[in-house]
Amino acid sequence: MIEAVALTKLYGDSRVVDGASLTLDAPGVTAIIGPNGAGKSTLLSMIARLLPIDEGKAFVDGLDVTRAKGDELARRISVLRQENGLLARLTVRDLIGFGRFPHSKGRLTANDHVKITEALAFLDLEPLAERFLDELSGGQRQRAFVAMVLAQDTKAILLDEPLNNLDIRHAVSMMRLVRRAADELGKIVVVVLHDINFASAYADRIVAMREGRIVVDGPVEAVVSEETIEAVFGLPVLVREIEGQRTCLFRR
Amino acid sequence: MTDRRLLSLGLLGLAALFVVSLFVGAGDLSLATILNGQLDGDALRLLLVSRVPRSAAALLAGASLAVAGLLMQMLSSNRFVEPSTVGTTEAAGLGMVVVTLLLPGAPVFAKMLAAAGFALAGTFVFIALIRRLRLKSGLMVPLVGLILAGIIQAMAHFIAYRADLLQSLGAWSSGDFSMVLKGRYELLWIGLALGAVALFAADRFTLAGLGRDVSVNLGLAYERVVAFGLVIVSLIAAVTVATIGAIPFVGLVVPNLVTMAMGDNGRRIVPVVAISGAGLVLGCDVLGRILRYPYEIPVGVIMGVAGSVIFLALLARRRPAHG
Repeated sequence: MIEAVALTKLYGDSRVVDGASLTLDAPGVTAIIGPNGAGKSTLLSMIARLLPIDEGKAFVDGLDVTRAKGDELARRISVLRQENGLLARLTVRDLIGFGRFPHSKGRLTANDHVKITEALAFLDLEPLAERFLDELSGGQRQRAFVAMVLAQDTKAILLDEPLNNLDIRHAVSMMRLVRRAADELGKIVVVVLHDINFASAYADRIVAMREGRIVVDGPVEAVVSEETIEAVFGLPVLVREIEGQRTCLFRR
Repeated sequence: MTDRRLLSLGLLGLAALFVVSLFVGAGDLSLATILNGQLDGDALRLLLVSRVPRSAAALLAGASLAVAGLLMQMLSSNRFVEPSTVGTTEAAGLGMVVVTLLLPGAPVFAKMLAAAGFALAGTFVFIALIRRLRLKSGLMVPLVGLILAGIIQAMAHFIAYRADLLQSLGAWSSGDFSMVLKGRYELLWIGLALGAVALFAADRFTLAGLGRDVSVNLGLAYERVVAFGLVIVSLIAAVTVATIGAIPFVGLVVPNLVTMAMGDNGRRIVPVVAISGAGLVLGCDVLGRILRYPYEIPVGVIMGVAGSVIFLALLARRRPAHG
């Protein structure tokens, strides 16, 4: 479904992303973790054609993302960045309706309305459907944008730091939602995360990056170990199994 | 109130204002004369050659300028810009000066096209500037625009001063309907047609307002949509500058008031913005004819006063973080 081959992004002389290769085929949640400046968001943005690729190639369903038509890609892969909706005095329902744009070009069909209703229900947004986005809290607005992406109905969904600006309760419900999207809807979800424990608790697979390179890529048990986390973040940690959940703790 | 009813009411209000506008002015013409069937040749000519064109010009200019302002705000994802605060209008004026200097005999339509070319160039400079500067605060964007507009205006003034065209430049940069006669305003219909095009592409412009990332995600050819929108904005600015001169604040105040009440969904609000803009400009022009009767105050002045007051009130109410 998604295949990134030796992707590289240069800013001047520095290689922000340096030959990163990644293949995603099975439904599930993949978390990209790593310290600040490791190139996580840049890698995601290149795959999602939000940033030009300097070297390497990225394919979605066999389509080269730098060449394929915008709406063809938009029916296969969706992406959500951190800052959205500058001029966003739209109702939640209108915004979710725009998620159908790649399919309907703005003339909503009965099928589109079904998808919109489903997305509203999936995110418990019915009570807010007619509210304007700029009158919602940060967490509610975030959910509305995720609903838009769900209505877009793509096989793959890329989320760039979806937990930013969310408090712990909203962060947990966002990750549960990501989990449900993978389990119930069979989506391939990629999330860029800062917190190792969120990745460990909710992801199936973790991709760890450091200085633009992918250093480890594997199931949670393989990545969340004391040696690997120390190698990625440059910080000695304790990794313990707590009630069956791999958990990363800091030394005093 | 449903959208359809709102639009019908708006159109009705416009029609009423249009009729009022026909019978306000220094020349002697009243509704009673017409109703009594005492309309003689002179009065009829006054009506058809001056009053109807003048009122129509105000409606057309108001509608298209308000839509241009809305587009400018969507394309730069900032609420505090309009063509006359980012250099578009000033560049159109510069274009008029340059083309008048080089090809004084060119027809108005050709001059207007040249002005549109200048306006487009000026607007692209603005967009390139705000992208490169990556401004943190939403309020910096209009400030950068005002600086750019000032620079372009200074260039136009310098050339006009050297070429003895200051008087013409004054006419282009200060909106005034008192010189509108039949045969001198028809270019403004192009503005209305462009407004219709904007309505047709409203979904795309709404998406562009959500920013580049969201637009690209949804498969929109973002750069192309922005370029297309800027062409519309530049043409509208050029058409109004070439025929009646610049009118400030319409493009700023009207879209802000409408989006505050109805949101940013272009398909819903473009018609409302057009009708409100038309009403505001015609209303200000009527006011300008009444205040110092039988003398006139140019619409640009009235709009400048009314617009700045409304705009200050808006600034106080609207949170710039989401600007």
